[in-house]
Amino acid sequence: MAIVDDVLQTLQQDGEVVDSSRFRGDLRIVIRPESLKRVARRMQTEWGFDVLIDVTCVDYLHYEGARDRFGLVYSFLSSEAMERLWLRVFLNEPELEVDSLVPLYESANWMEREVYDLFGIRFRGHPDLRRILLPEAFTDHPLRKDYPLQGRGERHHLPVVTRGES
Amino acid sequence: MAVDLPDNVVVTRLDTLASWCRKNSLWPMPFATACCGIELMATGASRHDLARFGAEVFRFTPRQCDLMIVAGRVVMKMLPVLQRIWQQMHEPKWCISMGACCSSGGVFDTYAVVQGIDRFVPVDMYIPGCPPRPEQLIQAIIDLQDLITARETTMGTEAEIGRPEPPKRALLELPIISGQPSSSMRSAASGSGGHGDR
Ligand code: SF4
Repeated sequence: MAIVDDVLQTLQQDGEVVDSSRFRGDLRIVIRPESLKRVARRMQTEWGFDVLIDVTCVDYLHYEGARDRFGLVYSFLSSEAMERLWLRVFLNEPELEVDSLVPLYESANWMEREVYDLFGIRFRGHPDLRRILLPEAFTDHPLRKDYPLQGRGERHHLPVVTRGES
Repeated sequence: MAVDLPDNVVVTRLDTLASWCRKNSLWPMPFATACCGIELMATGASRHDLARFGAEVFRFTPRQCDLMIVAGRVVMKMLPVLQRIWQQMHEPKWCISMGACCSSGGVFDTYAVVQGIDRFVPVDMYIPGCPPRPEQLIQAIIDLQDLITARETTMGTEAEIGRPEPPKRALLELPIISGQPSSSMRSAASGSGGHGDR
């Protein structure tokens, strides 16, 4: 039996699984936000998923059939068994906060900062939750679907250097 | 009072002399942030050879440059860097905005891309195109040289505004790429064509 099936079975027995699905052989398990850190720790210690490949987010605003607003995606890899597994966590306003995985996986550091920067999701216990791509002074989270494509004028309100003063 | 000058003495204005020196030794600062930078490199390389116009010495420190060529998109996080580099350059200095993105934002009308750097830094010359061909960049440098001759002074009055812009030369077809210059090019090169309408 593949490790991912074992993970699914065990997590189901422990009542952690909200939903699960497969797409082209890839297993995705939806869990509750509260249990994210606990499950991730078990993934690391019990099943040997030693690499956190990616942390990203999807905004399901106006998405057909979607029940929740934000869906976080965690993709794991076991470098020994070469098996991959995706954990999903759904969040809704106003509780856009979830446990940071930096204590378990160092690689989560910058990826969580990126999710925070572009979606405004806060990671509890992150050592350095600052914007990573946008300027520090930026106030919005532009990958949210309700943010206008052309922004709210941030790009126009910058200091001007003229010939006389340069 | 008439003065007899020997044949090997030339009388000129100091401004003209200074501008002549400056225009033929432009030191570009390649501020290349995107794909236009590749054309900028091609212009500096041997095929197009910017050295023929005295502008081949690309320097990567603003303190050694007097011509900033901004080639590519500038986003709002990059803009303070651009302004700082511009301020670090010595007078007299000029700025070429190369490509659609740099001059107007191009197709990137998104929240982060500055819609034309001329909103935030002074620009002397714009080059259209996506990306502009090296010939266009060379044309812009030739136009800039004309502008330097017409406008600049020895002590530098670059900050002076309200001075009329000299008319730009028509975009000449430079016989660089095609092996054989066509007849229209030859007539332009002979002086009756593009050069005449200045
Ligand atoms: S104008 Fe075109 S080639 Fe130049 S930076 Fe923009 S997209 Fe790239």
